Amino acid sequence: MTATDLSMAKHTADRQFARKRLVGFAIPAVIAVYLAYIFFAFDLPGLAQRANLENAVTLASDSWSHKVHVTRDNRSGEITYAVEGERKGRYPDGTRPDWVSGDDVLTIDLGSGHLVRYLPDNRTEIDIPGFPPIEARAEGRRVVTNLPEDLPDWISASDRRVGITTPEGRVTLTGARTEVFNYFPGWELFWFTLDSPYHGQGVGQILFGARIDPARANITGALSDWWNNAMWRHKDVAWAIGETILMAFLGTMGAAMLALPLAFLAARRFSPIMLLRAATRRLFDFVRGVDALIWTVVLARAFGPGPLTGTLAILITDTGTFGKIFSEALENVDQKQIEGVASTGAKPLQRYRFGVIPQVVPVLLAQILYFLESNTRSATIIGAITGGGIGLMLTQAIQTQKDWEEVAYYIVLIIAMVMFMDWFSGWLRGKLIGRKD
Amino acid sequence: MADITLTQSPQGVDSIQSSYVAQVQRRRLYGGLTLLIFVVLMVSGFNVADDRNAGGFWDGLHQIGDYPADVLSEAWEKRADLPALMAKYFPALIETVNIAAVSTLIGAIGGLALSLLGTRGLARWPRLIPLFRRISDIMRAVPEIVIALVLIFVLGGGPVPAMIAIAIHTAGALGKMFSEVAENADLKPVEGLASTGATWSQRMLLGVLPQVAPNYISYALLRFEINIRASAILGFVGAGGLGYELRNAMAWGPGRFDEAGAIFILLFGTIVFFDQVSSRYRNRLTEGQGQ
Repeated sequence: MTATDLSMAKHTADRQFARKRLVGFAIPAVIAVYLAYIFFAFDLPGLAQRANLENAVTLASDSWSHKVHVTRDNRSGEITYAVEGERKGRYPDGTRPDWVSGDDVLTIDLGSGHLVRYLPDNRTEIDIPGFPPIEARAEGRRVVTNLPEDLPDWISASDRRVGITTPEGRVTLTGARTEVFNYFPGWELFWFTLDSPYHGQGVGQILFGARIDPARANITGALSDWWNNAMWRHKDVAWAIGETILMAFLGTMGAAMLALPLAFLAARRFSPIMLLRAATRRLFDFVRGVDALIWTVVLARAFGPGPLTGTLAILITDTGTFGKIFSEALENVDQKQIEGVASTGAKPLQRYRFGVIPQVVPVLLAQILYFLESNTRSATIIGAITGGGIGLMLTQAIQTQKDWEEVAYYIVLIIAMVMFMDWFSGWLRGKLIGRKD
Repeated sequence: MADITLTQSPQGVDSIQSSYVAQVQRRRLYGGLTLLIFVVLMVSGFNVADDRNAGGFWDGLHQIGDYPADVLSEAWEKRADLPALMAKYFPALIETVNIAAVSTLIGAIGGLALSLLGTRGLARWPRLIPLFRRISDIMRAVPEIVIALVLIFVLGGGPVPAMIAIAIHTAGALGKMFSEVAENADLKPVEGLASTGATWSQRMLLGVLPQVAPNYISYALLRFEINIRASAILGFVGAGGLGYELRNAMAWGPGRFDEAGAIFILLFGTIVFFDQVSSRYRNRLTEGQGQ
């Protein structure tokens, strides 16, 4: 008897082990097969060709540096100096960077012996150490150079366009214009644009020095010039972040206020009518299932782009989510407290107020605050779709494909904003319902 | 003795009552003030949002139904085409679901590593716990769209940027939730394994994972639901899948609303389907824990 029992037990144990072993190998195998399928479904081999490494390099170098353009218009002979080649970063008339010298012959010193000279008659000379001097001339739409046939890979030349890229800077020549880009580390004109009198002044000078602009006190003048900086648009950025947080705040709180009464209708404890209960629950499922994306699209048609549309999209979607969570919390309330309040002769509304609400408030607040943080992220994304807030500024900056330092700036701001909201909602939760740990 | 208590007790009751009333009044005042600030914030916030929006709230309110009505009525007129359109967009749907699934999978593996490395008592290098926690915080704070847009610029459109973007955010989010679970794991199996000379990965695999697996899977499923939505949204900014098709279909405008309608229906059905399946499975996981 015992022997058969033992062999039976051994048999089942063996079977269980075999099954465990099978599962233990099957799960990684299934994952591997799935990943292999994805490898081909997402066309990862083709991705290597589509990926644009040049873009990646521009992005990486541009996000922490800036360039100053020295441009000669070959038709009018006019020379402009501009940070990032933008109109708002242009050097005022009569001023120019100190690495440019000469009057008739303009010498641009890119550093380490790299020199570019703009000569009369649209001629250009480029000295690069370890390479014979390059001479070029713009003739109509063509560029004539003395470049040899076999070129190193940092020079690209055709008879329409010549591009020279060195570690010190870049030169491009076309028939219409000759441009030199000189690169510098750091974000340019972050504090003041070139037309502001405070540009180039030290902090001490602005705070304690003599009045720089006779019309204004230093601190207010500097603040207003910084705030209205046309290059970095600090005012617009601050508004955009405010809009994003506003979308998250209004959407979350509005959804919570809408969901609370509806949750009573959906909870079995408080809503005796089955049909009403089912209808409310289906409504929650519906608004949740339609999802913020579709709500955004639909609402943008009615309200146009802007923060209000984003707010309403968050509000509607989260009403469904909150309704579901709240009604589950309401189902789990302790009947004893309600009975206790009822025994004092409380009317139904008072029973809810003093018997139910105190029990569910911690759960609800925790959820609301958690969603406040997660909705800040959603609001960034929705803003990119519907056109509002920092999400829109980010998409615009990325679409122009040249202001990567602004993109980097916005990304840093967005991460800081989300981390701040995370910290803030945690802090508020600690204040309101006590810390969990 | 008795005399003292007799003379003192009315005073005591009085002072208790008055201090109680004062306390209640103070609390009401604070509650009222908080409520007032909240209401002011809500109303002024709403007005600001309304001002900065292209169309006003009250003008737009009666138009909410117009666009869905247009789309649905046109889709209804052409209802014979709907099955064909749905079949046409089914591959896009599969792509959206695949993006969500792969990024959840990769994110869960990353989150697992981050959580084990960032939990006191389990970490491989206890000194580096704050580092791994900060990494997970930052990964969590980055909205998917930021990484997706940058990667679209470098890698070109398609599902891969969305996948990477969602996976990074998922790893951070799950890393935090996982490590909350792992903090409550029983350390005795780990110590037992350590006494047999097990390496760190063996201790984690055999000592910790079996304890936390139900919770981890449940969180990962919840994340999968969220990621389906995220993957649809990222498609809208150019990262492939159903969202991308939706944007194209919408750009065509009236006359092609049946396509938009078909995509709406597919998206809605997918989200509801996966919500239901995953919530049923999650319920089973959490209920099964007791057995």
